[in-house]
Amino acid sequence: MNGNSAAAEAAVLAGCTCYFGYPITPQNELGEYMARRLTEVPGGVFIQSESEIAAINMVLGAAVTGARAMTSSSSPGISLKQEGISYLAADELPAVIVNMSRGGPGMGNISPAQSDYFQATRGGGHGDYRTIVLAPASVQELADLVMLAFDLADEYRNPVMVLGDGMLGQMMEPVSFPEGYVPREYPKDYILTGAKGRPSRMVRSLLFDVKENEEKNWKLFRKYQRIQATEVRYETFLLDDAELAIVAYGTSARIAKGAIKRLRQEGLKVGLIRPITVWPFPEKIIQETAKQMSEFFVFEMNTGQMIEDVRLALQGRGRIHFYGRPGGVIPTPVELSRIVSRHYYQARGRK
Amino acid sequence: MKKVYARPASLKEAPFHYCPGCGHGIIHRLLAEVVDEMELREKTILVAPAGCGMLIYNYWDIDIVESAHGRGAAVATGIKRVRPENLVLSYQGDGDLAAIGTAEGFHAANRGELITIIFVNNGVYGMTGGQMAPTTLLKQVTTTSPFGRTAAREGYPIKMCEVLSVLDGTSYLERVAVTKPAEIIKAKKAIAKAFQHQFNKTGFSLVEILSPCPTNWKMSPLEACRWVDDVMVKEFPLGVIKERK
Repeated sequence: MNGNSAAAEAAVLAGCTCYFGYPITPQNELGEYMARRLTEVPGGVFIQSESEIAAINMVLGAAVTGARAMTSSSSPGISLKQEGISYLAADELPAVIVNMSRGGPGMGNISPAQSDYFQATRGGGHGDYRTIVLAPASVQELADLVMLAFDLADEYRNPVMVLGDGMLGQMMEPVSFPEGYVPREYPKDYILTGAKGRPSRMVRSLLFDVKENEEKNWKLFRKYQRIQATEVRYETFLLDDAELAIVAYGTSARIAKGAIKRLRQEGLKVGLIRPITVWPFPEKIIQETAKQMSEFFVFEMNTGQMIEDVRLALQGRGRIHFYGRPGGVIPTPVELSRIVSRHYYQARGRK
Repeated sequence: MKKVYARPASLKEAPFHYCPGCGHGIIHRLLAEVVDEMELREKTILVAPAGCGMLIYNYWDIDIVESAHGRGAAVATGIKRVRPENLVLSYQGDGDLAAIGTAEGFHAANRGELITIIFVNNGVYGMTGGQMAPTTLLKQVTTTSPFGRTAAREGYPIKMCEVLSVLDGTSYLERVAVTKPAEIIKAKKAIAKAFQHQFNKTGFSLVEILSPCPTNWKMSPLEACRWVDDVMVKEFPLGVIKERK
């Protein structure tokens, strides 16, 4: 199954009944899958919207009635969705957004890239807010994380982004789905259904009173702190005895694993820290690792974005190396292993 | 003693804050009256816009969600598709529907979404201080057309009802004004009819309401009403623009 279709099927299993989207490569299989699949779901709604802006606002409308809703797009389309994501965050509404990112800026191309890291992890739209960002590295993990995304969105009443790239979306891999999965129910005491037998409700972000708006911002901040405390996810690979740790996520983490296997065969003690949540960023494992060794190698398919979070986590400790290929180039494990080995031996020389 | 006039149950006990002579207060009340009379208070979900009209949530005792500027029709689409049993309304101004949200309104209409847009046309951006709107008349002076709107520079006022009327998804489009009792009664009937079209599932409905903005037009409330009746209606003729039986 290709990644895009797997993400769509996972969403349906997780109880998603509403999909709104606008075509853009490399994620079209997701919407195409939904166009058929949601006809089999009771209450299923599929709309190919007139724009990404309309799609995210339809998601907002569906979310405010309590439905599990999602949209998907790729980099330029995600830029257009940022307006609506800001409103979702401000209104504290759950939603899942899949970004199969591609080479930018501007039109860029349709090849896999990780150029949207800043946009995804810093909120992305206007205002002081965050979205939970999940970064899968395989089709199976993409499916699993899409299902998790719906629960996190409901748990925290916050938009959740699944950040992949064209490679993950297009790649065919075996994937298994849980059988007899029953989506968790969350209290929905905020949704709009018509004020029947209860006081009327309003869902809004306009707060003219600056004190009220300040308190709202702090309230959101406290929620983000709770997310940071409880929802960090990461994977480590051959890290225990490592003298150098590669930090990479998503597709680049997969390439890094290939490189590490080669390097290990040659006797180089290289490990991997793979953030699965890129927001909240797994800074503690980086700090823990820095106690046992000092060489960190950040590898991204961009010119260096996550490296800033690694730097912040290290707070001046350790040494950070970087290798990146922007613009939709897919680096190979061989290419990466050569560069890593150079830094590895240079670091040895310093000891 | 017989009670002949009271606050509709769908309105909160809050005095309207709008400028003297503004049409929003009348329109809010008309909507609330129709909702009450059709016993729809517990079935209605309203999408509030950006602009002066957004403050409807201070007055309406009905479920309301706020939309970003121009996105009301898309938000209403999401709501209505999930909850077809509800009355779903989107309250939008002229900048909202005819400029920044043209795409959302146009395509919701074309899909025949079973929603009703209450389109308040006062020919200016009210809340931001009287800038030129897509519906500003030629020669009309605003803060961003200080020498009067010209066709050569700013194009022509957009007649949304007529534009939407060519779309097969639209079912009921009427233009009314809230300037004098006779027109206000017609406006109320148009709103009720639009709701009926929504429940009859005949298609998309919209009521365009010509509404005075004395503050930004720099007129007295009375002059503003007269200006709607004497000048504005020449560009925006009143009446049913389209009705699918």
